[in-house]
Formats: sequence, structure tokens, C-alpha cells
Amino acid sequence: MFCEKAMELVRELHRAPEGQLPVFNEDGLRQVLEEMKALYEQNQSDVNEVKSGGQSDLIPTIKFRHCSLLRNRRCAVAYLYDRLLRIRALRWEYGSVLPNALRFHMSAEEMEWFNHYKKSLATYMRSLGGDGGLDITQDMKPPKSLYIEKAECIKDCKRSAKTMGADLKDLSLDKEGII
Amino acid sequence: MTEELDPTAQDSDGGSEEVVLTPAELIERLEQAWMNEKFAPELLESKSEIVECVMEQLDHMEENLRRAKKGDLKVSIHRMEMERIRYVLSSYLRCRLMKIEKFFPHILEKEKTAHEGELSSLSPEELVFAKQYMANTETYLKNVALKHMPPNLQMVDLLRSVPKPDLDSYVFLRVKVRQENILVEPETDEQRDYVIDLEEGSQHLIRYKAIAPLVASGAVQLI
Repeated sequence: MFCEKAMELVRELHRAPEGQLPVFNEDGLRQVLEEMKALYEQNQSDVNEVKSGGQSDLIPTIKFRHCSLLRNRRCAVAYLYDRLLRIRALRWEYGSVLPNALRFHMSAEEMEWFNHYKKSLATYMRSLGGDGGLDITQDMKPPKSLYIEKAECIKDCKRSAKTMGADLKDLSLDKEGII
Repeated sequence: MTEELDPTAQDSDGGSEEVVLTPAELIERLEQAWMNEKFAPELLESKSEIVECVMEQLDHMEENLRRAKKGDLKVSIHRMEMERIRYVLSSYLRCRLMKIEKFFPHILEKEKTAHEGELSSLSPEELVFAKQYMANTETYLKNVALKHMPPNLQMVDLLRSVPKPDLDSYVFLRVKVRQENILVEPETDEQRDYVIDLEEGSQHLIRYKAIAPLVASGAVQLI
């Protein structure tokens, strides 16, 4: 049956849990492209026959092969695109240097895509704000330190400090405060 | 450190209206933009002025902290404040980048066909990023697969292949400014459309599409 190999590619990714990047299936992709070439050539010759001899009963076969071609393309592009999304996630997970194990799962072109993505992201982050920019791949979680220390007041602090949007009540003598 | 904090933060954008905000107001605006962006299914208007001002404030605070006495309690508190603000800002920008990457063909198409004076949903730097992302992805797909395919199949219309944001998804909102006669379109054929009034302070669960312009105008806040 046509498109078997293409479906296999899609299934391979579907089975891999999110975030995992299986080895690039170069062989599988090549087979899909070869099948597409064969289908196209068969269609070309049939189309010529129809044009010259008027054999219209070939038309359903031509249509069928065309559908298979479209399906093959869709599966192949989906496979490649989904892998790109997983690779993109790696930048955010691991930073700009990927562990070797993962690098071996990527094709040379995927590596190139990753490098371009990294550069693009770095350029964007550098452009934020004044000098240096902002590394938005840090601060991925809200700051956990809600409590710094129990402040035991040894002297009276009458002045209340106003932070942006928060008011610190006056810290008075002998009171323990958790901030 | 009240003495050192400037009570007014000036809009660094030259030609437009100068909006004078207190630092507290600026952070509130940032948090509102952050929540809206988190909960809206599509990419919202770019708020570069807020981003720029917040970055400036963070720089000021950093400078003040460097000059302050070590061990001063205020230092820890302000540092915590800075971390919190940096988190919100980073999260906001990350959220936007994720949406840009997810919907890049549609976003770039919208930019192309945007009219003069229409507010852009991308900052200039985001636009550069989006274009590079698109070029990178298109080149990759072409070189690895498409150029090896039959000639009539080598063009893939990304606008059709990449899903659009689902504007029918439901969002929670709180009404800030009273709205009258908001049209709610039917979801199924059996329903009819109806109008509702949104009272100030009330909270609703509604389809994003019905209230999208209200988010842009600030009349409602997504929660």
C-alpha cells in the first residue's frame, strides 16, 4: 500500500513522548521521497497516454496516485516540522549547548536550523532594553524565596520603606517579622 | 529607598503622547499585559513602551542596590522585588515569542496587510525574529524534502498548513469599564445570537472572539 513508510515516520514521532527526539530517520525520509518520484513518473506516463489516446479510464488511477503523493508530502513535512518543534524546545531546556547524546539524533540540516534559531533568539534578547538586553531563558519559574529571614528587630525602625507597589509596615521593637 | 526611586517614569518613546506613570503603576500595567497575553489565544498588541520602561526601572534599581550598604534589609527586599519583576517581564516576552513561533505565517501575513496607523502586534525586534524564523524553517523544509519532490508539489502553503489561533476558545475576564450591548454569536445552529451588558467589576467566562476588542482597549482584563 502506498504511503506506508510516510505513516511510519509519523507514528514514530507520535510514539516518542513529548520532549524526546528520536534519531533522524534519514532512510525513512528517503524512501518516502523515492515513492513520490515513482508515483509521479507513473502519473506522468498515464497522463500522456490519456492526452494522446484519450483513455479516460486511467483517470481514477491518476487521481489516486495524486492523493498518495499529497499524503506522502503531508506526512513528510509533518515529520520534519514536528522534529523542529522538539529541537526548538531543546534550546529552552538545555541552553545553547546541547548534550552530545541529543546532537547525534539530529541531522546536519537540523543542526543548522538549530544554530540559526539560537542566533536569532540571541539577537532578539540582546535588543531588549538598554545595554546587554535581557536573557529571557532564565527566570523560568517565579521566585520562590517568599521568606528571606525572620527579622528580629533590635532597634526601632520607624521609617517604612516603600517598594514598588508594596508597603512595608513599620518594624517595631521586639516584633519578629517574616518578610 | 523611596528617596532614590523616581516618582515618575518617563515614556522613552519620543514622538508619541508622554504618559507619566509611577513605578507602581508601571508594574501594574506590566502585570496586566502579562496576564492578558498569557490567557489570550492570539498574539496581542505589542507593548514595547512598557517593556522599555520596566527595563529602565530594573537598571535603576540595580544601580541603587550597588550603591546601598551591604546587609541592609532593604537590599534583600528590593532584590526580591527585582527578581519578581524580572520574572514577570521574562514570562511576558516568552509567551509572546511562543505565540509568534506557533502562528508565524498568519502573524507575518497580518503584518504585511496591516494599514497605516494600525497598531502592530509585533515590536520591530519581534518582527525581525519572526521573519528569520520563517526564513529558517522554509529553507530547511525546502532543502531537506521539498526540492526532492515532484515539481508540482514543491510549494507548501504555510498559511494553510500551520493552524490558526483558536479565537473561539473560552477565557475568564473581569470587567474594568462597563460595556453595553456586546454581541455574542451563536456556537451551534440551534442557538441565536444575543446581546449582553458587562457590569463593572463582574467576572465572566466567554468566548475570546466576542470580547477581543475589549481586551485591546483595556475595558476588560483576562484572568
